Amino acid sequence: MANPHLDADLAQTVFHDLHVELGAKMVPFAGYSMPVQYPLGVMKEHLHTRTGAGLFDVSHMGQVILRGDNPATALERLVPVSIVPLKEGRQRYALFTNEDGGILDDLMVANRGDHLFLVVNAACKEADVAHMKANLADCEVEVIEDRALLALQGPKAEAALAAFVPSAADMVFMDVAVVESDFGELWISRSGYTGEDGYEISVSSDSAVEFARALLAQDGVEPIGLGARDSLRLEAGLCLYGNDIDETTTPVEAALEWAMQKARRTGGEREGGFPGAERILAELEKGATRRRVGILPEGRAPMRAGTQLFASADATEPMGQVTSGAFGPSIERPMSMGYVAIDHAETGTVIYAEVRGKRLPATVADMPFRPSTYKR
Amino acid sequence: MKYTEEHEWLRVEDDVVVVGITEHAAEQLGDVVFVELPDVGTTVSKDDEVVVIESVKAASDILAPIDGEIVEVNEAIVDEPGKVNDDPENDAWFFKIKVEDLGPMDDMMDEAAYKAFIG
Repeated sequence: MANPHLDADLAQTVFHDLHVELGAKMVPFAGYSMPVQYPLGVMKEHLHTRTGAGLFDVSHMGQVILRGDNPATALERLVPVSIVPLKEGRQRYALFTNEDGGILDDLMVANRGDHLFLVVNAACKEADVAHMKANLADCEVEVIEDRALLALQGPKAEAALAAFVPSAADMVFMDVAVVESDFGELWISRSGYTGEDGYEISVSSDSAVEFARALLAQDGVEPIGLGARDSLRLEAGLCLYGNDIDETTTPVEAALEWAMQKARRTGGEREGGFPGAERILAELEKGATRRRVGILPEGRAPMRAGTQLFASADATEPMGQVTSGAFGPSIERPMSMGYVAIDHAETGTVIYAEVRGKRLPATVADMPFRPSTYKR
Repeated sequence: MKYTEEHEWLRVEDDVVVVGITEHAAEQLGDVVFVELPDVGTTVSKDDEVVVIESVKAASDILAPIDGEIVEVNEAIVDEPGKVNDDPENDAWFFKIKVEDLGPMDDMMDEAAYKAFIG
């Protein structure tokens, strides 16, 4: 397939030529030229990931190592998350917050013994690194530039990776390991962003393409683009930074209380001490005025990002807005997430979305829309 | 068969014109997940938005290619939007329109011209 207008300013991952060879349609994403879909198409790629295994290039994301006398204690100054008790070989979801309690980025933090390993969003990585350098003078912030990142997701992911790294089969959700392989040292975590069991694997850029080809040659492994990645993560109820969470949404508004452990809350042993603590701790006690919820349209029309939400069919003022919306190939219906006023946030509440001038009914729903299959 | 620059095809069938979108359009749209058709009996003018079609990628409007009255719509593609990808130029027609003046069809592209148009 032709790619006539590749923007010269776009960065490329080490897999760029492989994507083109595999027939990917390349699009700009967070400053990178990335595959949005392969010849299989978004719908089949999505379904394949849920039944076989999907290989995703996520090398645009930032890989960062944090070293110091006590990097966990230091990092807690920037996140409302308990990092200190995180055991070696384990990973946890975290959030960088700002002074207003908004979210600067969401990230993964792994304890790898003498240092922390962080994976941050592509669009935020420069700002995140600057933020850490400015505020963590007691740490060394090393941006990893010579490694690629792959996600291998789906029920056949374990067998595909275990063909090269047998010990990967013994890992459980949110375990991390550094493993020697035929493709050099692999940094593996049993995690991902699709709601499926699977792995994210950091591999040296020198052997990355060879490794990707080896995985693609395994039974049931197909390359999957950003299009399916988006519908997969939405079915799994996971936030896309920049859409569902950003500097104007707090972690409590975003329904991410589960990511903020007791130790950092009011009365906890390491209470507060992160940017925006005053607002976030107050909201943890009293709740916020709006909340991120799942939304299931009653009809077949997708309710996409930006769609205004109303309390009734004839309400004059919107009380919320959709932040992500798409068709869910596995649940075979449209699905959205968005923010609603807190008195409309309860599961089962009927709300109305304005789609092409018409008020269409929808129901506030629990997420994930499809149960996740992580290996616990 | 005649074709428009909006990637619709028109086929005269007895006294009505059957309208759908081309293979090329269906391919560009990607997997279709939602179709909204006009009400039977609606009188439309050329370039009125008559159909909403949503794929996994985005929503698109389909414009009326010619003046007339909608006399039949294909409910099968509302129930199974994926048919638009499977067979856009036959089974997955969109609507039938009763046209007073077929003259504007003379100015539309034939198959060879459309093939040249999409390159």
